[in-house]
Amino acid sequence: MNDLTPLRLTHATSAASQEPVRNLSRRGFLGAASGALLLGVELPVDPALAQAEGAAAIAPKPGTRIAAFLEIRPDGTVKLLSPFVEGGQGINTGLAQTIGEELDLEPSRFVVECAPPGPDYAVVNGLRLTGGSFSTRSSYAVMRRLGATAREMLLRAAAARLDVKQDTLTTSDGRVVHKASNRSLGYGELAEAALALLPREDVPLKDPKDFRYIGKPMARLDMRDKSTGKATYAIDLKVEGMLHAAVQHAPHLGTEPEALTNEAVVRAMPGVHSIHRLPGAVAVVADSWWRARKAVEALKVAWTEPAADGLATVSGTFSSAAMLAALKATREPGLSAEAEGDVAGAFAKASRVVEAEYDAPYLAHAQLEPPSSIARFNGDGTLDVWLPNQMPELFQSVAAKVAGIQPDAVRIHSPMLGGFFGRHFYYGSSNPFPQAILLAKATGRPVRVLWSREEEFGMDAVRPLGFARFRAALGADGMPLAIQTVAVGEGPIGRWFSSIFKAPVDSSVVEGLDKKPYAIPNRRLDYVKVAHPVTISFWRSVGHSMNDFFYESFLDEVAQAGGKDPFALRMALLKDSPRHATLLKVVAELAGGWKRGPFQAADGTRRARGVSMASPFGSETAAIAEVSLKDGEARVHDLWIAIDPGSIVNPAIVKRQVEGAAALGLSATLLEQVVYEGGTRQARNYDTYPILDRDRMPRVHVTIVESGAPMGGIGEPGLPGVPPAVVNAVAALTGRRVRSLPLAKEKLSGV
Amino acid sequence: MQTLTINGTRHDLDIEGDTPLLFVLRDTLGLTGTKYGCGIGQCGACTVILDGQATRSCQIPVESVGDAKITTIEAIGQDAVGKRVVEAWVGVQVPQCGYCQSGQVMAATALLQQNPRPTDGDIGQAMTNLCRCGTYNAIAAAVRQAAA
Repeated sequence: MNDLTPLRLTHATSAASQEPVRNLSRRGFLGAASGALLLGVELPVDPALAQAEGAAAIAPKPGTRIAAFLEIRPDGTVKLLSPFVEGGQGINTGLAQTIGEELDLEPSRFVVECAPPGPDYAVVNGLRLTGGSFSTRSSYAVMRRLGATAREMLLRAAAARLDVKQDTLTTSDGRVVHKASNRSLGYGELAEAALALLPREDVPLKDPKDFRYIGKPMARLDMRDKSTGKATYAIDLKVEGMLHAAVQHAPHLGTEPEALTNEAVVRAMPGVHSIHRLPGAVAVVADSWWRARKAVEALKVAWTEPAADGLATVSGTFSSAAMLAALKATREPGLSAEAEGDVAGAFAKASRVVEAEYDAPYLAHAQLEPPSSIARFNGDGTLDVWLPNQMPELFQSVAAKVAGIQPDAVRIHSPMLGGFFGRHFYYGSSNPFPQAILLAKATGRPVRVLWSREEEFGMDAVRPLGFARFRAALGADGMPLAIQTVAVGEGPIGRWFSSIFKAPVDSSVVEGLDKKPYAIPNRRLDYVKVAHPVTISFWRSVGHSMNDFFYESFLDEVAQAGGKDPFALRMALLKDSPRHATLLKVVAELAGGWKRGPFQAADGTRRARGVSMASPFGSETAAIAEVSLKDGEARVHDLWIAIDPGSIVNPAIVKRQVEGAAALGLSATLLEQVVYEGGTRQARNYDTYPILDRDRMPRVHVTIVESGAPMGGIGEPGLPGVPPAVVNAVAALTGRRVRSLPLAKEKLSGV
Repeated sequence: MQTLTINGTRHDLDIEGDTPLLFVLRDTLGLTGTKYGCGIGQCGACTVILDGQATRSCQIPVESVGDAKITTIEAIGQDAVGKRVVEAWVGVQVPQCGYCQSGQVMAATALLQQNPRPTDGDIGQAMTNLCRCGTYNAIAAAVRQAAA
């Protein structure tokens, strides 16, 4: 999603933040939702309209109608209906800081909930989604204006109430104060009158030098609840009279249940209500989930046969190894994603050519909360669905289709997410909510579907397996004259959002290979689409999660071929880009200076360092990893990461997000791969799909550089630099270049 | 019929004996602070304290609990060590998504009840629950703070 950033983000923040705030009469959310831009995997939309105008073309202007966002309560607390869903990234707190700054209300007095579907919340350039590291950067200006406009209305209401001139009033943390008469009114007392006023269009925003909350490491709003078990996730919800469903999915994606051979036995098991065939699955509905699960796992199902062979479907012989072989064997010319200078000419006069192929595996999200969903049909023909999701309006449209009703008859409830990392977009059969809807319809009762961890590992939509082929031309001085790259595969943008984003080159396949800051005059990047038969997805940092590993590892190979130190080569190639050069310098300083090694550390271990840079999601990063080898494994001791997101709202949250993203990147580097053999996934739980544990967690040192560039993303950018920094260090230790992740595939040894 | 003592209260439950304690807590008793993560004792999201020991409740059939006293995250504030752990968790701002944190807090509480001054090695041995958000360093810092 990264390359949508400049165009769309600029449009969103500037247009929306300068747009006058309107105070349209409050429309019902369900009514309003029908006018929303319904992003359609399955819905036809007019892409021209979507691209040109987005939901901004439809009243109300997203992010401007105060009553849609703020409920100022009598006790002076404020309920904020957020366009975004909280899943650990800290967006609820960031929004409270941003609005609270302009509204003049302590952020801790906000209670934040994810808003229901509605056009007011389409603040990501006319769309609504929590992803692409867009939340803060897309809404920052809009939310400040919302807070400032609301404050002005409160002041105006207070002036009328106290019968004084408005300019004699000030505010102080939730109260309007008239100093001259020593009188004050709480926001809660003024809210009703204030919201009846016509909003002003020209309320000035605060001077950033006066910020009290923005830019400060304020405490997160959800810490106590999350430390005492009180935070509520989808899996914790209960609805009166609901039944519990457990499912068993087809072993091969795309096959269907044919016959159930022991249905009567299973029906007689304790608590069983009913047995159902679903698309690609069977389900047992029972009075408790454990009983449903035992029953569904006892169910003997004959499935239709998958295709015998091939990669067009998840066939009986499909494997991740065969898929990778197919990507590697692809030699057809691609679509041009980037072309600069005279690449052929540079290769013709090269004194040396370096070539390499890189790949990265399918990955699972492995978020700790297994997915679940509750569906309830109501007497009036409406449907309520509770489900983890990153895009309420899209889920509303799909739920309506599954239920056979209109979208405005579907209420979507979006609880806090027990981790997401890209897991909770709409990925067809990788989502449990269609099953919940079908089962609620079949049973006439509210039904909760919960996937066991094993079913989740079987059905999770995976980060695509990816492959890139590089060639570099080096001059006599050892400097790169040209880099030619071919990226082969398929990305989640093309798979799931092609009706909106029609560009022939899938940005989610090439991001991280394109738009590099390095002064390499001749560049060519091609994209060859080879579709995966498996369900592919967004995964924290998307294409960057592998492409920056590919490119930055290859750049180290170029450095080595040219006899250059990898850090020095990067610095030389960044001579025209002060923002990046600064960041590289900053990360080296953070790490106590650059040294590649190998060297002996104080504890006697033999260590080396690797360096990398990345430009993900509108931010810039530089990373250094310090690594040793132990028992054939890479041990990462320290990660130093410098991030320049332009400007920030909460440095404490930023640092933790970068650290968390780095941990996930390291997990993928060291351990993770979803392996298919014989058309089925091999790992079904954390015992066979190990993820980073405490023992492998390095120290992570993060520093933030606020260059003042347009605000970039935070949730994902900490990840992409980690795999190449670690693998570059491993190359220094072993003298061998690992071009295929994860490192766990081979036993490493030093030289 | 199974009898369980949870957070100091006795419960008589008409339930199959092989049901994992985790699902009795969550689905029968509504104590949803204890989380289901993997069901095979790998992730630790379901950690409770059973007679003083951090225990993965997904691996405990209710029939095997007997007279053991079970403490869940819902009663964390009733224990002096548990309270300190929670304050440290809030102070260090440990959680991100938070889903694994009930289990982490329970594991930390059991550790500090048994070993009030754990070394980093002790912390590493006791705190084996998984966190997909990568809060491990913050967790270790909070355990050290609660021990101090």
